[in-house]
Amino acid sequence: MSPLIQITNLKKAYGIFTVLHGIDLDIAEGEVVCVIGPSGSGKSTLIRCINRLEAFSSDSSIVVDGVTVGPGKALAKVRAEVGMVFQSFNLFPHLTVLKNVMLAPMRVRGNKPEDAERKARELLSRVGIAEQAEKYPGKLSGGQQQRVAIARALAMEPKVMLFDEPTSSLDPEMVGEVLDVMKRLAGTGVTMIVVTHEMGFARQVADRVIFMDGGRIIEQGTPGEIFDNPKEERTRGFLRAVLNH
Amino acid sequence: MNLLNTFFNIPILIETFPLLLSGLLVTLEIGVTSIAAGLAGGLFLALVRLYGAGPIPFFAKIYIDIFRSIPLLVLLIVVYYALPFVGIRFSPFVSAVVALTLVSSAYTAEIFRAGIEAIPHGQFEASQALGLSGRHMMIDVILPQAIKIVIPPLTNNCINVLKDTALASVVAMPDLLKQATQAQALSANPTPLIGAALIYVALLWPLVTIVARLEKRFGGEKRP
Repeated sequence: MSPLIQITNLKKAYGIFTVLHGIDLDIAEGEVVCVIGPSGSGKSTLIRCINRLEAFSSDSSIVVDGVTVGPGKALAKVRAEVGMVFQSFNLFPHLTVLKNVMLAPMRVRGNKPEDAERKARELLSRVGIAEQAEKYPGKLSGGQQQRVAIARALAMEPKVMLFDEPTSSLDPEMVGEVLDVMKRLAGTGVTMIVVTHEMGFARQVADRVIFMDGGRIIEQGTPGEIFDNPKEERTRGFLRAVLNH
Repeated sequence: MNLLNTFFNIPILIETFPLLLSGLLVTLEIGVTSIAAGLAGGLFLALVRLYGAGPIPFFAKIYIDIFRSIPLLVLLIVVYYALPFVGIRFSPFVSAVVALTLVSSAYTAEIFRAGIEAIPHGQFEASQALGLSGRHMMIDVILPQAIKIVIPPLTNNCINVLKDTALASVVAMPDLLKQATQAQALSANPTPLIGAALIYVALLWPLVTIVARLEKRFGGEKRP
């Protein structure tokens, strides 16, 4: 079976500064992949290229579910199939929580308002926010906002969910509630790519852990391989720095 | 007593008041039409300046710069007195509305642009990541937030347009100012002019205080 996401020779540069040095990566349907690494290693840029929030070099290729990611008409199709959760939530502050979740299914999928609302309420109860549906995002805590953002992305029934450091801007006591939602999501067979600093989450939930540094994939493997028996010195150095303090 | 009879002559004011009110109606017609057309034109200009293809943003910027530089009175006289020489003949009403709209849309464009640029980049990214088209991103996400931010400066601009309608009297438009000067000539007394001034103030003072209140309200609010 061909992989759900096929990344070939992914290169990205800002002027003379190269962020990604030709990444090759395949991701299978249903796989949960955690990307770890120091800041500036290119891990956020990598997943932001998958839905082309970042443009990339023209000799690189990313194929999502058979559709090539590039400028033009096909991009809207790819973006509809790829959900994304941001570090800073990026909820729409002028819309209620419910309307935040309903918007894209109505506008992009053409769902009827009553269908979109039914699905939105169902998703909001799945992430434990059902009773906040009529509130505006500004009235919610960071953890609640991020759970709404997850529901908003899921409302499009995406084939893959990208998480860009989803807990990095949360107060410590709210990290757990977001990770719990993500763990349950991983259990439902959704394909997930998670850029994270939460090593506990990666060890517990990931099928595969990818360690990136300097715009390259240094090492990848099962959580056991990466966390208990890393082969590369740079991986060992990074894990020593983040785990022992 | 003499001063009172000269500037605040009540019988003359009562006599000329219907004329002044008919002038006010014309002023409001010119003002409201120009404000509406200026808002539409300004939004269009702001969008093509920000997102137009190829050289379009450049031309939008040139337009905006020119019409923010030209004095409205000069433009009005050009539209009304110069264009007929090339066969373009507008009525006084259309001339006034055209001149006011051309200038107002240039100012409004800059206001809308500032509002759109004040929206955090994450709002654009979240819209794109959800697969929203550029049009839906603007209509459903960006503009509702941007317009809320720019309501105070937009209202300010509306006040300026309403005040500038007085220039239409130059092209023989029977607006409030023109009717007042007419009435002054007929009655040989400046009271109608004072009356017109008071009507302008009565019309615009509430708007001015609304702007102040809006600025306080939106200025104090934390932006997302």
